[in-house]
Amino acid sequence: MELRLEKFTKRFGGLTVIEDMDLTVGSGEMIALLGPSGCGKSTTLFAVCGIHKMNGGRLFFGDRDVTTLPAQERSVGVVFQNYALYPHMTVEQNIGFPLKVQKRAKADIKKEVARLADLVQIGELLERRPAQLSGGQQQRVALARALIRKPDVLLLDEPLANLDAKLRLEMRSEIRRIQRETGITAILVTHDQVEAMSMCDRIALMKDGQIVQLGTPKQMYSNPRSQFVAGFLGNPPISFLPATAGKALSLANGHSLTRPAGLDATGELVLGIRPEHFGPQYGQGMQGEVVFVEPQGREELIDVRLDGGGDIRSILPSGTPIKAGDRIDWGVASDSILAFAPNGDRL
Amino acid sequence: MTANSRIWHIVLILTVFSTPLVIMYAYQLIDSIAQPDPGSLVPGDIDLSSWRFLWERIDAGRPSIWAVTFNTFLFASTTAILVTTLSATSGYALSRLNMPGRPYFLGGLIILHAFPTITLIIAIFIILQFLGLFDTLLGIILVKAALELPFGVWIMKGFYDTVPWEIEMAGVQDGASRFRVWGELVLPQVKPGLAALLIISFLSGWSEFVLPLVLAPGSSTQVLATYMNAVIQDDATADFGLFKAIGMFYSIPVIIIYLVFQKQLMNIYGGGTKG
Repeated sequence: MELRLEKFTKRFGGLTVIEDMDLTVGSGEMIALLGPSGCGKSTTLFAVCGIHKMNGGRLFFGDRDVTTLPAQERSVGVVFQNYALYPHMTVEQNIGFPLKVQKRAKADIKKEVARLADLVQIGELLERRPAQLSGGQQQRVALARALIRKPDVLLLDEPLANLDAKLRLEMRSEIRRIQRETGITAILVTHDQVEAMSMCDRIALMKDGQIVQLGTPKQMYSNPRSQFVAGFLGNPPISFLPATAGKALSLANGHSLTRPAGLDATGELVLGIRPEHFGPQYGQGMQGEVVFVEPQGREELIDVRLDGGGDIRSILPSGTPIKAGDRIDWGVASDSILAFAPNGDRL
Repeated sequence: MTANSRIWHIVLILTVFSTPLVIMYAYQLIDSIAQPDPGSLVPGDIDLSSWRFLWERIDAGRPSIWAVTFNTFLFASTTAILVTTLSATSGYALSRLNMPGRPYFLGGLIILHAFPTITLIIAIFIILQFLGLFDTLLGIILVKAALELPFGVWIMKGFYDTVPWEIEMAGVQDGASRFRVWGELVLPQVKPGLAALLIISFLSGWSEFVLPLVLAPGSSTQVLATYMNAVIQDDATADFGLFKAIGMFYSIPVIIIYLVFQKQLMNIYGGGTKG
């Protein structure tokens, strides 16, 4: 079911947290609300599920206006960051609780619980209590409980934040699989750009209560609208270097780079160079000294201090014989350089 | 080295200081079943006559011990149930609902709890007289419950504070009403608190002396504390064996409750939901 937020405004006391936000999530689409803490992404989520009242704007599920409906009457499933399982109930009772509230027949509930338990693959844990489950299993129970009512919308509030790294990877694809299998419209709130990029169809990147860019992960990565977006997406992160655009791009430290095709701005600007676009494979022209090498297994992350100032990162396949203190003379893939105006807008 | 041998000096100090208490408790029992000569600590022959109050009235004008015990039980249990029920709801309200004047209410609770009962006794007497509840069990039950409430509400608020918000939000999202969320999802999390509060307020009611003495002096509303007081005051011959036997009888339920519910009682100091 399509979800539509129109001119959503939220104030806490005199403080306006979100103003006139518009967001449409297509039916069956999974969208990420991504942003640093305090950007309003959780506030948006709580407004959608009905825990926070909206101070302005409207919210539609399909054609139904649910703006003023209390949380109980909206059809929304929520997975909380700490899962919020009911500790005194068994897994079966936890998953079945939403149906019990609807006064469904016992046999009916049992059948539905079994179906959901199958979907999230915890069929053998139904008799346990939440305290006897691992983090990943609790997560699956929370998902099953959120989905059993067949809600219009599924909301996930930082669902992976409490898991260890390996489980996180596993649950990332699990959540996506379950979302695809059920075909449910979903919103994922996260501050982790890797999660957002790997799990969602589209990302809404938020800052100070505004959506600064909305697009597919690929679009956002290769075509960021501002310096903030470019800096937020990408791991390892992009490097920024101040420069002056004339015939060529002259960096503050004296180096100069070929202008990328299509850039017609002149004057002061900031260049964004992703680590994969800087290295020996792009020729020469940028001299500096390696200050740090971070082996990451398959790749090595190399921090370079350029002569004359400025730091830039490179990522190279591991096995490259480079160590801290080495002098390098590498080049930049000039067509992949992103240029930003001093106020952060993309040029 | 075991924990016991590491803390031997603490055990020693505690032993020295609690020995007099232990001796007194021991003689409470010994003197009630074996009458020693006055001034002597050596127990005499076994003699159960001090416990005669259990099967006969010690003198004509006095109510039977069993009627008095029933009164005491009724008084203590009704008070405990009243305090626990009211604390379960008002503690939730104070912990969760954003009502005007909440901080003042919380401050008020502490002040009320610290208030010595005895300073209020004249005012309470007048109120009960006015309501026609003077010298009734109901009257002292209401007064005792009212005086215990600040403590109960405060304790329960603490327990509710440890229940994560998300559990309630999840319940609301699952379609349950706020009332159902409270009853079915939150209340089970604070059960250890309710159990501890129930026991503590029962014990407090069981040992209450001043309120029944002043506000329900009649013999039909006598509780064990006032009964014992009356026996000691009236007895011209000072039958210490009898006093001790009654005292023993009075404290047996307390000892049993402590032995059985130790774990639940400790919860109130832990304050956590992990029982």
